[in-house]
Amino acid sequence: MIANYGYQDGSGEYYITIDTDRCIECEGRWCVGACPQSLFVIEADDYDDEVATIAEGARKKLKEKCAACKPAGGHESLPCIDACRPGAISHSW
Amino acid sequence: MPEETKEFWRWSEKVWRDESIDWRGSRAITAGIDVGSVSSQAVILADGRLYAYHSTRTGSNSPDSARKALNGAMAGADMSQEDIRYVVGTGYGRVNVPFANRAITEIACHARGANYMVGPSVKTILDMGGQDCKVIRCDEKGKVQNFIMNDKCAAGTGRGMEVIADALGVPIEDIGRRSFEIDEEPPPVSNVCTVFAKSEATGLLKAGWSVNRVLASYCAAMAERVSSLIERMSVEPDFFITGGIAKNEGVVRRIERIIGIEAVRLPADTVLDPQIAGALGAALFAHALLKKEQKASAQA
Amino acid sequence: MIVAGIDIGSKNIQVVVLEDGTVAARVSVASGFEQEESARKGIEEAAAAAGVTPADIEYIVATGVGRKAVAFTQHQVTEVAADAKGAFALNPAARTVIDVGADEARAIRIDATGKVIDFAVNEKCAAGAGAFVEAMSRALEVSLRRFGEISLESTESIPMNAQCTVFAESEVVSLIHSNTAQKDIAKAVHDAMAGRVSAMARRAGLENEVVIGGGVAHNVGFVRALKDTLGVGDLHVLPEPEYTGAFGAALIAAQKVAEGVPALNPQA
Repeated sequence: MIANYGYQDGSGEYYITIDTDRCIECEGRWCVGACPQSLFVIEADDYDDEVATIAEGARKKLKEKCAACKPAGGHESLPCIDACRPGAISHSW
Repeated sequence: MPEETKEFWRWSEKVWRDESIDWRGSRAITAGIDVGSVSSQAVILADGRLYAYHSTRTGSNSPDSARKALNGAMAGADMSQEDIRYVVGTGYGRVNVPFANRAITEIACHARGANYMVGPSVKTILDMGGQDCKVIRCDEKGKVQNFIMNDKCAAGTGRGMEVIADALGVPIEDIGRRSFEIDEEPPPVSNVCTVFAKSEATGLLKAGWSVNRVLASYCAAMAERVSSLIERMSVEPDFFITGGIAKNEGVVRRIERIIGIEAVRLPADTVLDPQIAGALGAALFAHALLKKEQKASAQA
Repeated sequence: MIVAGIDIGSKNIQVVVLEDGTVAARVSVASGFEQEESARKGIEEAAAAAGVTPADIEYIVATGVGRKAVAFTQHQVTEVAADAKGAFALNPAARTVIDVGADEARAIRIDATGKVIDFAVNEKCAAGAGAFVEAMSRALEVSLRRFGEISLESTESIPMNAQCTVFAESEVVSLIHSNTAQKDIAKAVHDAMAGRVSAMARRAGLENEVVIGGGVAHNVGFVRALKDTLGVGDLHVLPEPEYTGAFGAALIAAQKVAEGVPALNPQA
């Protein structure tokens, strides 16, 4: 499943995308520890696969949570994307 | 000026039951309960066939709303909660359905419900709920392949439409029809935010716009906002809209105009209601899970 | 030399009149539905308060969302430029300027000369602006002033889940029904909004000293919540905070005249 979690801030509309099929084989679950805001959790999805997802309570606050990793002046690489070895996580900017 | 006491946002609550089915003769009674932020639905299946449903407004407490929806669906059928073998909860309050055997996300439930309503041809689903809006792609079995959701804000949601209905003093069920009773399509209101759109609407009325023209302008803005979400995912027909806003033609037809694809309409004589898609999907999951459980215990 | 700055917001219009570099008058009027008319009224009232006539004002610079809707001004600048100018003049140590108005909010990072380095704005969502707190105080049936004050008495931290003003209203109503104390609800509301404004400020970049302007800076509850959330030294409230933009615009007007830009009769 491809899960897209979107948010809007003053500069535009962005999406964090998780290709959860790639999570199934993942052993390290590196995303969980990599995000300074603890956005990622591993949960059984509706079809009983253990996959990464954005914590339910954080989905409404993405624009605040992600802001710290994205200062307006310059885009550096994001810790979540860097940590994910299966390449499941992407971010639309 | 509208009277203070009149609640223009209030939509009609609905109860339906298939009188031709005697539920006592069926082996598996299952239920799905969708506790949304604005409305709660319960669907009861008898051996996997739609038997009854009820749609009601969500109160301040999720467990109570879940019970209220289920009691409404059971009312008059001489059925009690013990007769229901498996319950799946869904919607934003799904973890607060105390008597549910399992919670499943509304994404999976809406896909499954739409698959039942339309058939295996449905590929893209727009779920326009009270509090948020999602686009879901699924396979011919109704299994989710891809979905997209946004951080929650009232723009483009049922709650946003309720606020405008109240502000303009127009019953919510008349908005779609009245939004087409205009000479010429106006530009959409410029504010996305419901709070700002409400003041903009008041300003437009003061500037001499008719109420219908303001409604058209608001429906157009909502359609525009939702379409930008839909267009992020390539829309593969059949395209179906679930949730309460599916019943607002003022928004639906404007979405179709923008994306250039027609949404599937249920037949005029249908007993189905796009607002129950989530609860229906949950009930179908409940039926499948019950069968799985029964099979496992038979083998043991 | 008499000049004026006018900040035309969606709710209010602020006018600052400068006479030889000193503030001669500050006036605020409601924007209403006829912005041009309200803006003229604002200029007339400000001129009267300064003891001059509108014709005596040599140069007017407009800022704010409605700056282009008003024909009689000689020059328009963005809210970011006006705020930076005004805040830096009021506090030359300011490096991050936060401005929270009724319908919009901005954060601006400036350098040691007052030049804008970075900024972030929110003008699309009521939940990140003063309208949010206003709506919640209405739901609680408490005056806005009192709403800010009582939140200072609370030490509770109740998280608010709703990120949208419309949904937050229902959340506040359910908090009232569950008998949560008014002061605790007020603090929860201010904390939630401070979280959003702080995220915006972080996008612009935080650097001491941090100053705050805009009408919402009068709300003591919000200022405390923002200070706690930002976690950077002190948060300095600018004097007459709602006039920061208009003051900055007036300073720009004075600069234009000093640079020899031909002065026109604003009423012509």
